[in-house]
Amino acid sequence: MRLLRRNAVVLVGCAALAYLLVPNLVVLLFSFNKPAGRFNYTWRTFSTDAWTDPCSVAGMCNALGLSLRIAALATLIATAFGTFAAFALARYRFRGKSTTNALIFLPMAMPEVVMGASLGTLFLNTRVEFGFMTILIAHVMFCLSFVVVAVKARVMSMDPRLEEAARDLYAGPFQTFWRVTLPLAAPGIASGAMLSFALSFDDFIITQFNAGPSTVTFPMFVWGAAQRGVPVQVNVIGSAMFGLALVIVLAGQLVTGRRGKP
Amino acid sequence: MTAVAAPPPGGPASDAPPDTGREPGTAGSESGGRRSRRGLTPYWLLLPAGLWLAVFFVAPLFYQASTSVQSGSLEEGFRVTWQFSNYTDALGTYGEHFLRSFGYAAVATALCLLIGYPLAYMIAVRAGRWRNLLLVLVIAPFFTSFLIRTLAWKTILSDGGPVVAALSSLHILDVTGWLGLTGDDRVLATPLAVVCGLTYNFLPFMILPLYSSLERMDTSLLEAARDLYATPATTFRKVTFPLSLPGVVAGTLLTFIPASGDYINAQLLGSPNEQMVGNAIQKQFLNVLDYPTAAAMSFLLMALILIMVSGYLRKAGTEELV
Repeated sequence: MRLLRRNAVVLVGCAALAYLLVPNLVVLLFSFNKPAGRFNYTWRTFSTDAWTDPCSVAGMCNALGLSLRIAALATLIATAFGTFAAFALARYRFRGKSTTNALIFLPMAMPEVVMGASLGTLFLNTRVEFGFMTILIAHVMFCLSFVVVAVKARVMSMDPRLEEAARDLYAGPFQTFWRVTLPLAAPGIASGAMLSFALSFDDFIITQFNAGPSTVTFPMFVWGAAQRGVPVQVNVIGSAMFGLALVIVLAGQLVTGRRGKP
Repeated sequence: MTAVAAPPPGGPASDAPPDTGREPGTAGSESGGRRSRRGLTPYWLLLPAGLWLAVFFVAPLFYQASTSVQSGSLEEGFRVTWQFSNYTDALGTYGEHFLRSFGYAAVATALCLLIGYPLAYMIAVRAGRWRNLLLVLVIAPFFTSFLIRTLAWKTILSDGGPVVAALSSLHILDVTGWLGLTGDDRVLATPLAVVCGLTYNFLPFMILPLYSSLERMDTSLLEAARDLYATPATTFRKVTFPLSLPGVVAGTLLTFIPASGDYINAQLLGSPNEQMVGNAIQKQFLNVLDYPTAAAMSFLLMALILIMVSGYLRKAGTEELV
């Protein structure tokens, strides 16, 4: 009993962790199901059909490809622009800095419906045709802030003496930036890029307001399928994403762990 | 912070592309081309991101403000007529949706704090060498698309499923039914399911800020409290919790704001009786095509959240933040 009380925190923590992970396990489990009707909600028989032929559902892999393309492009643009902005905010003093900080913070502190609906209203009023471009614009918009925050945190914690040392050793500004500053900032830039890829790939609310009828991203496909009955292949994609990302993250942990803690 | 105080001369990023082409334009003022160039560097660096946010984030909000006082229809077009009744109509028709949104979001935020705090504490203070693995496990659910995970709750909470059977046999459903959270011995399509989904979806947003503030805590303070004969409860109340307050404030905001605008959980896990204001906005915008009402509602939502958040921040003490 004493042991139980002393470890109450651990017990509750593990229960919370289970709460977080159980849906992923259910998704994995039901990716091996062979449902009888349209709905994949009750377990019937084990089958690997969905895994061997994931693209057999009409439209799903197209949507997946579109989401990947948008996420890659949005990440590229948001990471570049966000990194510039992060350097400006972390390294310089200038007029309007606090306003800029607020401008960059605001998109993170606003409900997605509000952002989605207002950008959609702008596109409607200016008669921009909804589609790939409007989705891309929206995704860059909400990814920017996250990149800026991630890169800024890293740049702020960098030791400016390392760059001074490089200059003392007669490195030119370009050389200093390329050989010292950028490698130091790289982990922040990488985590910003990963975050924006994940956010863009997974976004549904803002996308729904800015996609128009004919452009279907993967989350929009899942949303549509939820009304008609979700095919097992959706579970396959979900589980595959989970496994792939887990492997990447754990590999990254191993690599940084072996290099030794900074 | 120290890096800001002393910007290195000719800053490391001064050779960024946007800086070079426009040099002649800035040299117009004769006060030394080089100095003015250096002074403008941060502005050039900020230009792309700032412009993007100004055009696609700030301008839309103004457009929405103007749309919210328009009248008309899709056929004959919308015109600004300063129809403020859009707001009162929205509140009259969807007042319940607003209340429900904030109610559900508040309950979900409280539950997230209750569930997330022990987990964040365990990872930050007790985990030792398991810390990184546990952090990965907290972020891991994110790797699966959140719509798919929310749909998984439909399976978990399905009528006649093991969860509902267990809750029913433990008479928990009787209690929640009495509280009005569930009905008819089922969980799906009840407020409980929506709150459960909201709590689940936003839990990591609570855990991560909590973790980062708890991780920074000096654990020798806990030992000191114990040495001074503080009970665990007192230690928590007087030392741990106050030190984690910035994390609590950040976590509750990161949970409450998106949760009150969410419409996915209410749509997938609830019934028409659990619709939140997000569902109403989405329907007005995408199905009814009544843009003025949708705009008025999302403006109201934003304003109400801003009022609540600023009140909360004043109470929680902003100076400890950031």
